[in-house]
Amino acid sequence: MSAAILDLQRVCMAYQRSSGAPLEVLRDIDLEVARGEIVGLLGRSGSGKSTLLRIAAGLVRPTRGEVLYRGEHLTGPAPGIAVVFQTFALYPWLTVQRNVELGLDALRLPAAETRRRALAAIDLIGLDGFQSAYPRELSGGMRQRVGFARAIVGDPALLLMDEPFSALDVLTAETLRTDFIDLWIERKLPIEGMLLVTHNIEEAVLMCDRILILASRPGPIAAQVPVTLPHPRDRFSAAFHAVVEEIYAGLTSRLADSIGKGGGLGQLLPQVSINRLNGFMEMLSSSAFGGHCELARLARALALKANELLPIAAALHILEFAELRDVSIQLTAAGRVYAAGGTDERKRLFREHLLRFVPLAAHVCQVLEERGDHRAPRERFELELQDHLSHEDAERTLHVLIDWGRYAELFAYHARSRTFVRSTPGP
Amino acid sequence: MLQQAGGFTHAGSGRRTPSWQDAVAVAVVLAAIVLLGTAARQAMAPFAATHAADISLAPAALPLYTLRTVFRMLAALALSVAFTFGYATLAAKSRRAEMVLIPLLDVLQSVPVLGYLSFTVMFFVSAFPGSQLGPELAAIFAIFTSQAWNMTFSFYQSLRMVPHDLDEASRSFRDSAWQRFWHLEVPFAMPGLIWNTMMSVSGGWFFVVAAEAISVGDLQIALPGVGSYVARAIGARDLGAVGWAIVAMSGAILLCDQLLFAPLVAWCEKFRFEQTAAQAAPRSWVAALFHRSGAFRALHARVADALQQAAGARLELPPRVPRLSLPALPRRMGDALWLLAVVLTIAWLAARFLHFVQASLTWGDLAVVAGNGGLTLLRVLLLVALACAIWVPIGVSIGLRPKLTAVVQPVAQFLAAFPANLLFPLAVFLIVRLRVDPKIWLSPLMILGTQWYILFNVIAGASAFPSDLREAAASLRLSSVRWWTRVILPGVFPYLVTGAITASGGAWNASIVAEAVSWGPTRLDAGGLGAYIARMTEAGDYPRIALGIAVMSVLVVAVNRFLWRPLYAFAERRTRLD
Repeated sequence: MSAAILDLQRVCMAYQRSSGAPLEVLRDIDLEVARGEIVGLLGRSGSGKSTLLRIAAGLVRPTRGEVLYRGEHLTGPAPGIAVVFQTFALYPWLTVQRNVELGLDALRLPAAETRRRALAAIDLIGLDGFQSAYPRELSGGMRQRVGFARAIVGDPALLLMDEPFSALDVLTAETLRTDFIDLWIERKLPIEGMLLVTHNIEEAVLMCDRILILASRPGPIAAQVPVTLPHPRDRFSAAFHAVVEEIYAGLTSRLADSIGKGGGLGQLLPQVSINRLNGFMEMLSSSAFGGHCELARLARALALKANELLPIAAALHILEFAELRDVSIQLTAAGRVYAAGGTDERKRLFREHLLRFVPLAAHVCQVLEERGDHRAPRERFELELQDHLSHEDAERTLHVLIDWGRYAELFAYHARSRTFVRSTPGP
Repeated sequence: MLQQAGGFTHAGSGRRTPSWQDAVAVAVVLAAIVLLGTAARQAMAPFAATHAADISLAPAALPLYTLRTVFRMLAALALSVAFTFGYATLAAKSRRAEMVLIPLLDVLQSVPVLGYLSFTVMFFVSAFPGSQLGPELAAIFAIFTSQAWNMTFSFYQSLRMVPHDLDEASRSFRDSAWQRFWHLEVPFAMPGLIWNTMMSVSGGWFFVVAAEAISVGDLQIALPGVGSYVARAIGARDLGAVGWAIVAMSGAILLCDQLLFAPLVAWCEKFRFEQTAAQAAPRSWVAALFHRSGAFRALHARVADALQQAAGARLELPPRVPRLSLPALPRRMGDALWLLAVVLTIAWLAARFLHFVQASLTWGDLAVVAGNGGLTLLRVLLLVALACAIWVPIGVSIGLRPKLTAVVQPVAQFLAAFPANLLFPLAVFLIVRLRVDPKIWLSPLMILGTQWYILFNVIAGASAFPSDLREAAASLRLSSVRWWTRVILPGVFPYLVTGAITASGGAWNASIVAEAVSWGPTRLDAGGLGAYIARMTEAGDYPRIALGIAVMSVLVVAVNRFLWRPLYAFAERRTRLD
């Protein structure tokens, strides 16, 4: 028997799509949460980290692999496992107290005891005085406190947190995080271990003892970063910064791999709008950065989270307007010209780079050129893409291509008839 | 926004070769025109073939009858749309008109459509003596009154909720009222209006069937249509013919849905104001067919251009006569005068009504009607409660399974649209055969058609139930009692109330045809207000019909005010998160 509270072994997850082909989200994941440990799970959006948390909670059964909770097979939601949800998941028609009391329902306690324990949890989490309020009367931060109170009221052994602070503003998130970590450090919670899913690198470094990084495509845990800094952690210390840098380096090196340059039609385009690309390049070329910056510093300066910053960097890398190196990004010569140029200049450059470096764009243009009426249905390209990408990825990639292609005036797209049309030279 | 209707105008309108889509699209359009034209011409025919005896029970006659029925439905629909645009706009634009029009609409909504059919039939028949147009218009008017009110309400509410920024943008373009209406208000209201139109049509089939065959005193009318066909089948005790009518009606409803509403819903998707993408955009094969047909695209571009020009015309009202600036007569005073005028009109109308009924009615009549009303009220409430008890557990278990929902939901919607009065003969046949008490066993017929609204609203509620709340409940390992009382019932409650309101409204209307039925020469009477109105209609006793309608309207309004509205407000307040 292992000493771990939670032990996932070679867990795989694939969803059945309506088209029949399975959509793989997790492959061969090994993960362990030991006693007295907070484990962080970092990954880009769509990397399956929330699914992994739901598997650990017994809410979802993995297609393959073992889930052991305290050494026993987990077959469904089990006593002692509690979940904090990103969306809080409070019942709007129940008061704070009733919401918290639901956390004790499974214990079948006498009514008086249920009430006493619920009020104690409400008190502990800093909600005293709000017990008769309805969730809609509370601010986001207070709502998530109810979420925490409901999760801890049953004295769980394992607490699973799914992006618990990401729906809150920065200040509120900080307060709630600090309060919660204080409770943990002062041993006021009987919790034995925690798993925190997040896309916020600093949050993971602030809270966790060990950080696991999920690959962006289904595969085993890509990297593991232990955090040995003592609590309370100072986010401005050099040691803290070093850990954050290390994680960024891990993420970007894999990013450059996953872009798969020159990968033909299988190239996955990052979900980034033209406005973001333009704004980012202008900012990077400004005198503040001089066309070159470390990603971690840039994220702080632009108040962007890693999952927002990395796709932009990836897009610029693909279009060869910038180059990703280790932990930093640098504008190319074309990127500098682009950032300095006017609208027409930018569109011309963007068109050239789109055609040269995104094979799908060149392919669409060629098809439109060859066709008699210069139009082609979207389905045609969807099917082609699905030879290389999953259905969802194909949809997303086409969506981005349409946005970029419209800006570059490479082609027009009619949403209602779902057809691409060759763009006629403007008047 | 409407400009987008012509989105193809600039897209390479060069030479095209006709495609198979062209052929099919043209065929569909031509067929529709020819069929509707035929039905319309027959409606103008002299008042001849309108007696029950002239309705043929041969199945071969049914397609044409069905066509006539559909034509009535579409005519009423066109009328309802026109009425909606006028009435709702007036109510939304003029504060004083609003003070009268909206409460009036509220009352109109509560008057049982089938109750005053006898009055409208007499009115239209005497307005067009000797022509079939009279009864035809009466039937169309009955359907119109069953459809128009909720469409008008929806449009009025949309007009009141036009987002501030769009409104200001339109003002800054200095759009005229006409341009504003077509560029901003109609597009914004479109999704709600289309949805309510679908609901209206779904409810309308019931009334078109009921309004085709009616006898008021000596006057017996049977307009060629599915309703008359069934009436004749009942007289002839022909169960097979009833079966054929059910088949024909099902076909008509499905075709209307596929050819008319599915494309409309797909089309109005672009008017959705929410910026977030819908889960799955509705698609329609008919819409796709027309999009792909090159010839249709070219035609569409022309029509869209013309419509756009019409919508874009400024059509300015002549500059207003400068208002008489009477600072001495403030707004309050104007309102008071206006209200006084309204009150006087109502008083005059009430006096006329009293005068009309006084001559032949006694307080004893009122007591009888009130007693009957109580019986029907009891029936409606019990049946709605019973239907909820049956359909809530079923609806919840269906709604929580997406695959099952996808299969069941369209069926439930179809069943809600299907005119239950076509099924009455089957039930009556059984009641007569099994010799059970009609006072009890006729009652379920009242809710036979409208219980489906409860089912599909509960399904919709359960499938819209947030997945995080479901997961939280699973993770908390709630007992099943807690899960029902604390989680899912409060969650679907607003949907349940919406469904129950529709079901109860429908049940009141249905009571007029469900509480008193016949099978050949056998007559069954379950008592109650519906049966009372039906009896008086047959006898042509207008004062007592009027009394029956008035009492029923009062009951419906009272139930709405004291039960449904508070319940709905409560449900809405409770489930809101912000």
